[in-house]
Amino acid sequence: MKMPTAFESFFLEMGRFFQLVGRIFAWTPRPPYDVRELFRQMVKVGFNSIPVVLLTAMFTGMVMALQMFTVLRRINAESFVGSGVSLSMVRELAPVLSGLIVAGRAGSAMGAELGTMRVTEQIDALEVMATDPVHYLVVPRVWATTIMLPLLVVMANGVGILGGYLVAVVLMGANPVSYTDRSFQFMDLNDVFSGLIKAAVFGFLMAAIGCQQGFYTSGGAEGVGRATTAAVVVASIAILVSDFFLTRLLF
Amino acid sequence: MPDFLRPEQVKIRIRDLYKSFGPKLVLDGTNLEVAAGESLVIIGGSGTGKSVLLKHIIGLLRPDSGTVEVDGVAVERLGNREITEFRRKFGMSFQEGALFDSMTIWQNVAFPLQRLKKMSRGEIDERVKECLAMVRLEGVEEKLPSQLSGGMRRRVGFARAVAHSPEILLFDEPTTGLDPVTTALVDEVIVDLNDRLKTTTVTITHDMASAFRIGDRVAMINKGQIIASAPPEEFKRLEDPRVQQFIHGDAEGPLSDESGARTGPGRPATPSR
Repeated sequence: MKMPTAFESFFLEMGRFFQLVGRIFAWTPRPPYDVRELFRQMVKVGFNSIPVVLLTAMFTGMVMALQMFTVLRRINAESFVGSGVSLSMVRELAPVLSGLIVAGRAGSAMGAELGTMRVTEQIDALEVMATDPVHYLVVPRVWATTIMLPLLVVMANGVGILGGYLVAVVLMGANPVSYTDRSFQFMDLNDVFSGLIKAAVFGFLMAAIGCQQGFYTSGGAEGVGRATTAAVVVASIAILVSDFFLTRLLF
Repeated sequence: MPDFLRPEQVKIRIRDLYKSFGPKLVLDGTNLEVAAGESLVIIGGSGTGKSVLLKHIIGLLRPDSGTVEVDGVAVERLGNREITEFRRKFGMSFQEGALFDSMTIWQNVAFPLQRLKKMSRGEIDERVKECLAMVRLEGVEEKLPSQLSGGMRRRVGFARAVAHSPEILLFDEPTTGLDPVTTALVDEVIVDLNDRLKTTTVTITHDMASAFRIGDRVAMINKGQIIASAPPEEFKRLEDPRVQQFIHGDAEGPLSDESGARTGPGRPATPSR
C-alpha cells in the first residue's frame, strides 16, 4: 500500500472526525452516566485553566486599551476606548484566545492521555471488558470542555474589561465614570451570548479533535508525541477557521 | 489439527482466516480448534500473526474473510451490542498488563466486576482480594500500577482478567520481558488458574520453556498459518525443520530465510473497524 497523500489523509482524518462525533452523540444519552468522571474532567479542563485564561484575558484587555488609545486618538475618539475594548473582548478575543489556550493545555493532554492508553492497549482492555471507549473516555471529556469553556470565557470577559479599565484610568488618566459608561453603552446581550456560543463550539471541537488524535494513535512513544502535537495544531486551526464562519453566521 | 475432538468439545473454531494490514498479509488461511478446558499455547516468531489471531478470537479485529466461532457463534457476524454480551465469556491479559494507570490496583481489578456483574461493594471487595490472592499478590490494593514491578503488573492483569469468572482466558505474551524466575512464577500462576478455574486457555508466547510448562497442547504459527500442533512432549520431537529451529533458537534455518522476505510494519495498534 502506498502512503496516502496529504490530500487523501485530510479526508481520512475528516471521515474519522465525523465518525467520532456521530459516536459521541449516539453514546451520550445511554447509561451509565458517569457524572463523577464528567465532574473530574470539568475540574481538570476548566477549573485548572482559570489562572492561565485570566492572565491572558487581563493582558489582552490591557494591550487593547493601549492600542485603542493610540489609534482612536488619531481621529479624536479617545472616549470610545472603553467600547472598543469591551466589545472586542466579548465578541472575539476572549472566546478565541481562551480557546487557543485551553486547546494547548487540555486538548494536548487528551491527545497524550488517550494516545498512551491506545499504545499500551488500555483502550483494547476497555473494549474487552464490555466498555465502549468512546462512551467511557471521550463523552465526558467532550462535554466537560463544551460546558467549561463558556464559563471560562465569562470570567475572561470580566477580567479583560477590568484590565482595559485599569490601563485607561490609571495609566492614561481617563475619567472612571465615563469610561465605564462607554464600556457597556453599545454592548447588548447578543454580543455576550454569541461569544459564549463560539466558546462552546470551540470547546466541543478541541476536545473531539484531541480525543480523535489520541484514539487513532499508533507507533509507540513517537506516535503519542505526534498525536499530542497534532491535537494542538489541528484544534487551533479548527478554532480559527470555525471562528470566521461562526462570526459570519452569528453577527 | 486435533481431529480427535468431538464437535461438542470444540470451544473455539477458526476456519480459513485471512487478514492483511495494507500490503502485509498477516493471517493466511489460519485454521485452528481449541477444545473446552484445554490450555493451548501458540508459539511463533515476532510478526507471524500471533497477537492478531488472538484479537480475532475476541472480536477486537475483524477478519477479511474466514470465520471465528466460539461456542458455535460466528464472532465476525456479531453487531456492536451483541459483541459486548459475547465478551463476557472472555478474560484477556495484555502484553504489558494494560492496567488503567489512573486507577489503583483495587479499582483495576474491580473494573470488570462493576461493568459486567451486578455485585455489591462488599462482594466486589471480597472478589478482588480473592483474585489478587490467586496471582499471589497481597496488600497492593491501594497502590497505583506505576508503583509495581513489571511482573507484578502482569499478575494484576491476570487478576483483572479472571475476576468476572470467564469461560475463556486469553494471555498475550504473558512473560515477555520478565526475568526467568518471575517467568516461572507467572507460568505457575497460569497453570494454576487453568487447573483451578477449568477455563479454556489460549496463551501466545515465543518463550519455549513457558510454552512447554503452560500448554496441554502447543501450536506453532508461521507466516499466518498453523504449521504444527501437538502435546508438549510430542511437539519437541516433531521433525518439521521450522519447529526444530524455533525450539532450539537457531539463527540459521528455514524460518530465517522466510522472515527476511517478510519485513514490514509491526502489528498495528489501531483496530480496523
